Amino acid sequence: MGSQPEDKAVFDTESGKEMVKELRASFVAGKTKSYEWKVSQLKAMLKMMEENEAQIIFALRDDLSKPELESSIYEIGMLKNSCRLALKEMKHWMKPEKAKTSLTTFPSTAEIVSEPLGVVLVISAWNYPFLLSLDPVVGAIAAGNAIVLKPSELAPATSSLLAKLIADYLDGSCIKVVEGAVPETTALLEQKWDKIFYTGNGRVARIVMAAAAKHLTPVVLELGGKSPVIVDSDIDLKVATRRIIAGKWGCNNGQACISPDYIITTKDYAVKLVDSFKCELEKFYGKNPLESKDLSRIVNSNHFDRLLKLLDEDKISSKIVHGGERDETNLKIAPTILLDVPKNSLIMKEEIFGPLLPIIMVDKLEGSFDVIKSLGGKPLAAYLFTNKTKLKAKFVAEVSAGGLVVNDTTVHLAEHNLPFGGVGDSGMGSYHGKFSFDAFSHKKAVLYRSFGGDSSLRYPPYTRGKLRLLQALLSGSVLRIIRALLGC
Amino acid sequence: MEETIAELRETFRSGTTKSVSWRKKQLKALLDLVNENEDSIFNALDQDLGKSRVESYRDEVGVVKKSATYSLSCLDKWVAPKKGEVPLLFFPAKAEVMPEPLGVVLIFSSWNFPISLALDPLIGAISAGNTVLIKPSELAPACLSFLVQTIPQYLDNKAIKVIGGGADVGERLLELKWDKIFFTGSPRVGRLVMTAAAKHLTPVTLELGGKCPAIVDNTLSNPSKAKVTAKRIVGGKWGPCTGQACIAIDYVLVEEKLASTLIDILKKYIKRFYGDNLKELKSISRIVNKNQFQRLVNLLKDPHVASSVVYGGSVDEEKLVIEPTILLDPPLDSEIMNEEIFGPLLPIITLKNIEESIEFINSKPKPLVIYAFTEDKAFKKRILSETSSGSVTFNDSMVQFLCDSLPFGGVGQSGFGRYHGKYSFDTFSHEKAVLHRAFYPELEPRYPPWTNFKLMFIKLAYGFNYFGLMLLMLGFKKS
Repeated sequence: MGSQPEDKAVFDTESGKEMVKELRASFVAGKTKSYEWKVSQLKAMLKMMEENEAQIIFALRDDLSKPELESSIYEIGMLKNSCRLALKEMKHWMKPEKAKTSLTTFPSTAEIVSEPLGVVLVISAWNYPFLLSLDPVVGAIAAGNAIVLKPSELAPATSSLLAKLIADYLDGSCIKVVEGAVPETTALLEQKWDKIFYTGNGRVARIVMAAAAKHLTPVVLELGGKSPVIVDSDIDLKVATRRIIAGKWGCNNGQACISPDYIITTKDYAVKLVDSFKCELEKFYGKNPLESKDLSRIVNSNHFDRLLKLLDEDKISSKIVHGGERDETNLKIAPTILLDVPKNSLIMKEEIFGPLLPIIMVDKLEGSFDVIKSLGGKPLAAYLFTNKTKLKAKFVAEVSAGGLVVNDTTVHLAEHNLPFGGVGDSGMGSYHGKFSFDAFSHKKAVLYRSFGGDSSLRYPPYTRGKLRLLQALLSGSVLRIIRALLGC
Repeated sequence: MEETIAELRETFRSGTTKSVSWRKKQLKALLDLVNENEDSIFNALDQDLGKSRVESYRDEVGVVKKSATYSLSCLDKWVAPKKGEVPLLFFPAKAEVMPEPLGVVLIFSSWNFPISLALDPLIGAISAGNTVLIKPSELAPACLSFLVQTIPQYLDNKAIKVIGGGADVGERLLELKWDKIFFTGSPRVGRLVMTAAAKHLTPVTLELGGKCPAIVDNTLSNPSKAKVTAKRIVGGKWGPCTGQACIAIDYVLVEEKLASTLIDILKKYIKRFYGDNLKELKSISRIVNKNQFQRLVNLLKDPHVASSVVYGGSVDEEKLVIEPTILLDPPLDSEIMNEEIFGPLLPIITLKNIEESIEFINSKPKPLVIYAFTEDKAFKKRILSETSSGSVTFNDSMVQFLCDSLPFGGVGQSGFGRYHGKYSFDTFSHEKAVLHRAFYPELEPRYPPWTNFKLMFIKLAYGFNYFGLMLLMLGFKKS
């Protein structure tokens, strides 16, 4: 019998169990807890990027026709920054944090110690398939965990590149990649993890959390929503327009969780805004945006059809004021702007996640807050362009979203001192910078007491005097304590 | 029930709870509630659990007062946005993290500390500016009806509500969409809560339990330290609700040769604290109900377990009292060594060498607390780095609960999320990131059409390589 090429083994529940067992053994052996190991892994990740930048860019072009600059900056550049920051700050993050103790527990010292959760699962998305896979992994490594990464199957070139590179560069006994689709993800979700970090959509997030609930596994869910942009009339229109374009079409052609989803502006200003968009869009992408190399394509025909459905809905296509062109063969849709779509249209109901930008008009700009609330759900991000201090203050106080930016879009992603995460339907938990380290750590409270200073009032038999002393002690008031001790 | 949540949502929308002065008013009213009804609270706790006044004050009334007072004094600080530093590249920009309430929250409290486990999370929820529905456990009925009656008398009824009822009410509540669920109870119900929350993507905090071990090393050889150790173990086992507490000591680990010393001194303090006559036990709670009583009695039914009892063991079914009981080395595969005891039975497990306790603890799910009575610095370090638990307390029991600067919560099977002090405020808040930018200066390289120059520029910018950027702009760097 001749040798046959082995079919790639199916990854099922048994395989999942085995994998978790192996990783748990590595974790228990203490491998991932060592500072040196963490440094070696993060350095290896940097090396991996340096030596394979071209392949990564190529895979992203394969999966998404992502422009080289977007790949280089938003995927690779941002990940490099994450690694560098972790390498620089990790020692500091790992240090126990001193906690204050009060008179009530005197004498004592207290601290909060960070420890890894154990074996964690990272499930990532298809739109920034490289960054969203490895950025959480950086946090998990820094915190000292063993990791399984499940990249999205909708970005297959990147998924298989990740599997290869991680096997080549990182410690395979502690960090593994599982490729696949629903069956493999299901097999993974049946296992007991110490944390699950999921980036994606609300529908699958519910499945992830329900699976986690069976094992009481805590989760971080990085989802999305309809990120609004409120545009006032007293601004530098050119700068604002460019920043909105950069955040919308400059980010994977609108397929990003924090892309501006729709705009709200006043009736009086809308036309000016549309003209400004037309002007700047042409500068950025030329007269034939379908041929511009600087725009990603739509990831696959499913999403392509989904987006066309939003455009072709009855009464919606007449609202297009710019764009609308499509190229089905190459899965491209041109930057499209719609004006005054009805609020109950499909395009205003679900997260667009594509190159369509509806503009909603209000009489007075203050009315935009009600529009946002009426759409329901809290988005991942919200943006406001204005110079009015009062409006800024109202915006920050009243609009609930994962993160807010005034006078720009999406850049808060790069600010690692800010937690990046959602609220309500846009998710729970956060990461970036130290928040990544914290997301994958357990903060263990430690109280040190000594044998001295033991007072009998803690112990029965209980007497009135002890009760009064206890009351005084709990109040923390020195005067009360003295009085109780003196029995007065 | 839908009406209740609709009203709470409407109240939240109206902005009432966002006002800091409203929150302070509610916290002060809660203090009044507790101060003016102390006797009723003591009576209710006595009725439900046979708790003595001192225990009720220490674990329930006092805790709530302390929490409310602390929150009142810190609230202004907590609601203030936290400034973040912004790198030069973003100049001029301002970054801050703003805490905001999550909205309408649901608090499930359990029966063993029916007042503090309902009101302590409530304090956090109010401080953070939410509207709240509390569902206290029906297994502590006197306290439940106390809360149902008095809370509307003192607190803003449109924003803070209490609902009675049993598991069926709990199930129906879980079908609705909340902005946060805070649950204290068993892992089994914790799973149900989280599964229900998943349908609405509702974040949860689960305060569960586990088998909290107490490690005792040769500090026992020192008589005065042995005394303190024994008192603290006895106080940490039978003191809180006769062992029916998530942070009660579940079992003790000690070296073989010190076991009898330990047992003798534990017996001494049990007798001194509680008496040694089952019919006349003082200063100790009783078992909450017949179910729990039967469950505990069943743990002793196994003949190998029964034969390991070295002190106590008698039960009074009518009064639902089980006397403080010590067991020496019950079989490790018995139920009593595999599920959370939650009662007045204390197994003592002996080891050849106390360092083995680390492996022993690691063979079980992560507990809420690990207690260790030792002065050996190296051993303390090993315990901290080689075991995992919600928290660790050295040389004492229970008191970490009073420390507002320490987060109180579990890990693994003992739960996730945390509260107490500022952590209570945080657990009911969303920390919103806010970045303020200016229109100028404008960085042209941000925008397409892309060129190599722009690529180089952004690469340098991302590396915060300001010098390189300068060189590039001056034309000294090739793009």
